[in-house]
Amino acid sequence: MEKGIFLVVIVGLPFLAALVVALGRFTRSTSSWAALAVALVGLAITLSFYPSVLNGDVVRLVIPWVPTIGLDLIFRMDGFTWLFTTLVTGIGALIMLYARYYMSPDDPVQRFFAFLLAFMGSMLGVVLSGNVIQLVVFWEITSLFSFLLIGYWYHNAAARDGARMALTITASGGLCLMAGMLLLGHIVGSYDLDVILGSRDQIISNDLYNITLGLILIGALTKSAQFPFQFWLPNAMTAPTPVSAYLHSATMVKLGVFLLVLLWPVMAGTDIWFWVVGSAGLITLLLGAYSAIFQQDLKGLLAYSTISHLGLITVLIGISSPLGLVAAIFHIVNHATFKASLFMAAGIIDHETGTRDMRKLSGLFRFMPITATAAMVASAAMAGVPLLNGFLSKEMFFAEAVETHTGSLLDLSLPYVATLASLFAVVYSVRFIAGVFFGPDPVDLPKTPHEPPRWMRVPIEFLVLLCLIVGIIPGITIGPFLHTAVYSVLGAETPYYSLAIWHGFNEPLIMSIIALVGGVLLYFAIRNLARQMDGPPLVRYLKGQRMFERMMVAISWKWARSLENLLGTRKLQTQIAIMLITVLAAGVAVTTRFDWVGFEFPTVESDPIFALIWTAGVICAIGAAYQAKYHRLVALVLMSGAGLVTVLTFVWFSAPDLAITQLLVEVVTTVLILLGLRWMPQRKPDIYGQVIMPASVLIRRGRDLLIAIGVGLATTTIAYFVMTRELGNTIATYFLELAYPEGGGRNVVNVILVDFRGFDTFGEIVVVAIVALSVFALLRRFRPAPESMERPAQQQRLIEIYGRGDDVGSTGGARYMPIAAVIMHWMFPVIIVLAAYLFFRGHDAPGGGFAAGIAMSIAFLLQYMAGGTRWVEERLRILPVRWIAFGLLVALATGIGSWVFGYPFLTSFFQYTEVPYIGRVPTASALLFDLGVFSLVVGATVLMLIAIAHQSIRRPKKRAGDDDTSEAQAETELSQGDA
Amino acid sequence: MELILAIGIGVLAGSGVWLILRPRSFQVIIGLSLLSYAVNLFIFAMGRLGTGLPPVIDPNMPMDTSVFTDPLPQALVLTAIVIGFAMTALFLVVLIVSRGQTGTDHVDGREPGQ
Repeated sequence: MEKGIFLVVIVGLPFLAALVVALGRFTRSTSSWAALAVALVGLAITLSFYPSVLNGDVVRLVIPWVPTIGLDLIFRMDGFTWLFTTLVTGIGALIMLYARYYMSPDDPVQRFFAFLLAFMGSMLGVVLSGNVIQLVVFWEITSLFSFLLIGYWYHNAAARDGARMALTITASGGLCLMAGMLLLGHIVGSYDLDVILGSRDQIISNDLYNITLGLILIGALTKSAQFPFQFWLPNAMTAPTPVSAYLHSATMVKLGVFLLVLLWPVMAGTDIWFWVVGSAGLITLLLGAYSAIFQQDLKGLLAYSTISHLGLITVLIGISSPLGLVAAIFHIVNHATFKASLFMAAGIIDHETGTRDMRKLSGLFRFMPITATAAMVASAAMAGVPLLNGFLSKEMFFAEAVETHTGSLLDLSLPYVATLASLFAVVYSVRFIAGVFFGPDPVDLPKTPHEPPRWMRVPIEFLVLLCLIVGIIPGITIGPFLHTAVYSVLGAETPYYSLAIWHGFNEPLIMSIIALVGGVLLYFAIRNLARQMDGPPLVRYLKGQRMFERMMVAISWKWARSLENLLGTRKLQTQIAIMLITVLAAGVAVTTRFDWVGFEFPTVESDPIFALIWTAGVICAIGAAYQAKYHRLVALVLMSGAGLVTVLTFVWFSAPDLAITQLLVEVVTTVLILLGLRWMPQRKPDIYGQVIMPASVLIRRGRDLLIAIGVGLATTTIAYFVMTRELGNTIATYFLELAYPEGGGRNVVNVILVDFRGFDTFGEIVVVAIVALSVFALLRRFRPAPESMERPAQQQRLIEIYGRGDDVGSTGGARYMPIAAVIMHWMFPVIIVLAAYLFFRGHDAPGGGFAAGIAMSIAFLLQYMAGGTRWVEERLRILPVRWIAFGLLVALATGIGSWVFGYPFLTSFFQYTEVPYIGRVPTASALLFDLGVFSLVVGATVLMLIAIAHQSIRRPKKRAGDDDTSEAQAETELSQGDA
Repeated sequence: MELILAIGIGVLAGSGVWLILRPRSFQVIIGLSLLSYAVNLFIFAMGRLGTGLPPVIDPNMPMDTSVFTDPLPQALVLTAIVIGFAMTALFLVVLIVSRGQTGTDHVDGREPGQ
């Protein structure tokens, strides 16, 4: 299936190009040429596929993704999607060319073309998806880029609102579609589109059919702006015109009807389909055409016209007859050609005159005859004038409307509604032509109109030419392609249809004549009225947009607030207490179901020394809990005591790695909290003093005590019962057996960390890096509380006696703790050697990157503590961020390195190397990974501690409103240094 | 031995919970640290206790998996220790920044009754 690869190229190339355009340095011209080239390449590949999709053949490419749950990336192309792909790439190419001239060089054009390319890629992704989940993903990506493109001029409030509305509606529709597709996959048992297309009976007869169809229809109708979701499309017209032409008339809004056509063979033909799709389409058809008459904005007129034409296509799909489907596919193509050219013409008018207001525009034919001619032909096609492509598909629509399908009211009213809507279409088309191009010369235009640059007109002229050719000789131009598309959807059911212009003097022709003549007459009757109206009569009171806005306000503001009032609390303590009580209650509920029969308490064996250690541990824990409020330092010391008991426990029970790491972490944690103590408020003695505590406080404390005791008891019980149970056969055996033969290390814990579970470790060091950077970022703009700005009293006394500890000049005897400081300085190399020792033995003996990293950071910390921040930083630049970056890169590179040898990410490589004089040395790529861990841990630890330490030597800005601002000079060069 | 450790874990957890229910953020920091000791010990203990059986193997000896403790909980706890430190640091910084901005070290960012 090497041909299928090109499908991936069609989808992937625009995304790739979008990335290049976005990140590179391109001018308006180069980015548009690049975009044009990408579209043309896509078009060329698509065209070359034509022979492969004839006669209902399908090109497929399956890339296994998550095969265990039946999810594969599938790209497929059949006749219908071929036609659609041609449309997307072909019109895409024209739009790229047009946008080159439309966009101003002052706009950020790179962003524009990048978005447009990415949109094209996602659009092609939807069309060429052979997996319905994958289809929905691309579907949502199109919504996203539509949002970004509508909001391209984000300084414009209307653009932002329009973008938000479009995204809210289409993306919510997409979520419904996702649910629908999941149900569909559930019914059929596969997400493969070709499997789904072969399971009509299964789908129709399933109980879930109605809900599945409903969800899919919400997706399709929102995307195609069908009633009652039509209102987002006119608001999306704040987008640059190339976007309106491409996304909001030719391609993206067609996705809804595209999907309906795609699923037509397996879902259409039921009553609910007929009623829902048919009536939504019919209402949209009429409402859109009616509203278009009364628009004053050129693009508004075209937007409502688009809505109306999409409604027409939807009706044709809803009718559920094969001939209707033929007409629908035909009209998708026809509408794309004439509407895209009309939008581009509107863009030119806007560009050259400076306004789109039809009340100001008039008589432009004399200023831009070529553009005017092209636009007039295109609007004639829109109105359904004979010899143009719009006429053909409209005749097919009329022919279908006249046919009786179900005999229901909806069906019987169809011919009348169709004629009326078509009449309206003639009215707005005539209004467009007559109002803009004829009449007196325009006055008060912002610019003097003239013809646009030659190449800006080419896309329009090309499309108009297509309208003419298809309209005059349909059989030999669009005929074969249409047949291929229809045949791929309908297969053997493909009906006979004729693309001739003249079918004799029949009902559809009469309807066309009524519409054309009536439309022109109606235009002259109401042309002055239409110019004065500020929106369509009657219908304007039925504002979907206002309902939408009210709903948004209700959901995002009113309901959210009442929910917050109901459930939220600004009291964290209460929330935690509720959570703990719930968990405890759930635990107790489970325990009551425990079967005590046959349970024996295991014998208790005890070791007096261990008991003694834990007696100390218990005292420390309770003491820390008791002292944490008024005696922070004592609490810290006691907490470290509990930590040391933990370390001893690890030693006792054969976990040397844990003991080493915990011990080192204890050191840095203590330093960390000591540094933080400086910024905490002075705790006043018991606020209740001699007074008797209020009952509420007593109750709260009593409740907390009960919860604490409950949690303690529960933990003890669970821990005890689990520990006294035999450990079954666990994965530990696997790790122990394979650690040496496969991981090449004797310390199994380390081998697990850097080899077996290396990916987890990678994730964890990333977390550490993120935390360190967050700490750094938080402290950059740190403003201490006013009362903490002064140095603490203790420190002030020391400075009185010894001078400033961090003064550069203070050396020798004047320094604080000189002997200890000298020892600490001397410890620097010693601790570095210790870190290296821990690091290198890590794979075979207790140690490893984590422990070594923390040891190394302690080496740095000691220097800070001994010499003061300034002293150290004059002599040593540590650059912790670089350590972090280096660590991440090394770890990542080690992981990627295994790809080079064809293994999965982070596969370890291991062998012994003969080193002269030293002998056989184990060399594992895991050591390199551990180096990354080491470097990252050093960087992160040092960054966090130094960031806090720096706060003390920084003279903080006083806040506005503080009395004394004379000292308000910021001295931040250290904290803003490279640290 | 198991009982002693279980009681120890329980006391650490209980003290930690008491502290995280307190209003002042320093208390909560100490509480979280105590709680993380308890949780780390608890996870570690899930691999069962054994003395003198560190999971460091000797390739020259025949493999007998029963003479080693379970290395997996140890590996889990090792990273948990480091991440626990990072979280303590982050929380401490949030505390002091919050105190600088709100003027109080109450966990709700305002003194009760305000």
